[in-house]
Amino acid sequence: MFRYTKGVFAREVVMLLAALVFVLPVYILVNLSLRPANDASSPLRPVTAPTFSNYVAAWEQAGLAGALLNSAIVTGVSVVLIVVISSMAAYPLARITSKLSSTVFWLVLAGMLIPFQVALIPLYQTMRDVGLLGSLWALVILYAGMQVPFSIFLYTGFLRTIPREYEEAASIDGAGALRTFRSVIFPLLRPVTGTVVILNAITVWNDFLVPLLYLSGTARQTVTVALYAFVGQYVSNWPIVFAGLVISILPVLVVYFLLQRRIISGFAGGLKG
Amino acid sequence: MSSVGTAARPATEAPRTDGGGRRGPAAPSRKLLWFALPALAFYGFAVVVPTLRGGALAFTDWDGLSPDYNVVGFDNFARIFSSDSSLEALTMTLIFAFAITVLQNAVGLLLAVGLHTGLKTRNVLRVVFFAPVVITPVVVAYLWKFMLTPDGAVNGLLAAVGLGALRQSWLGDPTWAAVSVVMIVVWQHAGYSMVIYLAGLQSISPEVIEAAAVDGAGAWRRFWSVTWPLLATATTINVMLTLIGGFKMFTEVYVLTGGGPGGATETLSTLLYKSAFQFDQFGYGIALALVLAVIVAVFSVAQYRLSNRQAVS
Repeated sequence: MFRYTKGVFAREVVMLLAALVFVLPVYILVNLSLRPANDASSPLRPVTAPTFSNYVAAWEQAGLAGALLNSAIVTGVSVVLIVVISSMAAYPLARITSKLSSTVFWLVLAGMLIPFQVALIPLYQTMRDVGLLGSLWALVILYAGMQVPFSIFLYTGFLRTIPREYEEAASIDGAGALRTFRSVIFPLLRPVTGTVVILNAITVWNDFLVPLLYLSGTARQTVTVALYAFVGQYVSNWPIVFAGLVISILPVLVVYFLLQRRIISGFAGGLKG
Repeated sequence: MSSVGTAARPATEAPRTDGGGRRGPAAPSRKLLWFALPALAFYGFAVVVPTLRGGALAFTDWDGLSPDYNVVGFDNFARIFSSDSSLEALTMTLIFAFAITVLQNAVGLLLAVGLHTGLKTRNVLRVVFFAPVVITPVVVAYLWKFMLTPDGAVNGLLAAVGLGALRQSWLGDPTWAAVSVVMIVVWQHAGYSMVIYLAGLQSISPEVIEAAAVDGAGAWRRFWSVTWPLLATATTINVMLTLIGGFKMFTEVYVLTGGGPGGATETLSTLLYKSAFQFDQFGYGIALALVLAVIVAVFSVAQYRLSNRQAVS
């Protein structure tokens, strides 16, 4: 039906040029990070004598090993927690039609409208009072609370499309509610769990404001805050800074290119429930 | 179709089968509501309680440290709407949000229409255009901060293609710093809008477009009279996302300009952060956050109602 005409070819060329606007900054980022300190040529010229010394320097001086580990822990624990509590909560909220149930559902959804800045400052004080300030747990608890509305929204939307016959079969077999959920419902939720994992993992890994606030002044840092502190010290030494930036986005980009189809459709479909 | 509305509708139309001793093809027993308790506990602790406390503390002069504070009524709000710095931040927040919304949707739509049909490189380009969306905003901000330095790559590139006259001290000039923030945010998120427009384009049946072509409508006419109205849902979703994202934007401004030069790019988000954590004015900071919350809520509700009306008509 669709022929590859001259017009389409022209469009293809234009789009490839547009792609340059997206690729060029990343090229400069990588190119500069491989450059010896004394090389002052244009950032566009391909590096002639590539060196990994900037990476070594950034890795050691920015404390990236610890920061990557902290980011991985916070992201991993938060996402698992969000998946468990949101999918569990969505089950009765999607199935029970009582007034109480739908009131709870709408109260949770209202959370999607509140900018979390309002809660951020009072919560800071609470975390300080209970001694969680500077702990990774503060972040995990906060992300779990903040991301619950959106995740429940996705799960309930999906659950309503699943016929009840599956659970009935299980309950006739004598399975309790928890077992029915674990062995029948949760496996059926797999597609939407994928979306919930992707969207939350990217949000948590990339977040800057929350760790900036809750971890500041401690040795414990996530990647974003470690970079922020690091650039503050080395702002004139861009090759080292850029090496640090590359290290920090490498995990995200690798996952992105491996799962690009799934990730893009997760973002596009995340809204539709 | 947007199922934002559909998915969120409580299932009141389903017959009530719980209670009354009836079993069978039934809703699970009401006791099952305890399944929601863990989520509600986290939500209550991290969102509901602090938000309510924030609402109250906005009417005090609390500094965030001392145990005592005074109730000052609407003083904090009066200050927001009378002092130049906060009024400028409020204006800048609105300007940023609207500029980003318009530009990002335009770029996203152009990319989507460009990619939609026939290209051999469609899938590769889609991955490329979307990639900045997943990159850490802090990294994006630093990358562009370097490129926009007076002797950075952007000026170098302009000189190389004979546009040396356009070189700027991008982040040193109040207007260009604001323009830079908008451009960078659009650069990072245009791929997101594109993906949503692409999904919208895919839901339009080719026959409709062909019918218009048979009727003699040119490409331009086909787009404005047929495709664009059918993209209304995608546009609504995109506008809502970009507006809210624009209102709440913090990282980009904080890392790129720190609100400068001379407060030219200060927004409610950066100002409330500074007020609360650098100037120890928690009460005032929370009042700023509340103003931001009201703006976001008003626009969200307006958008939601608008999109519902579209879904009905």
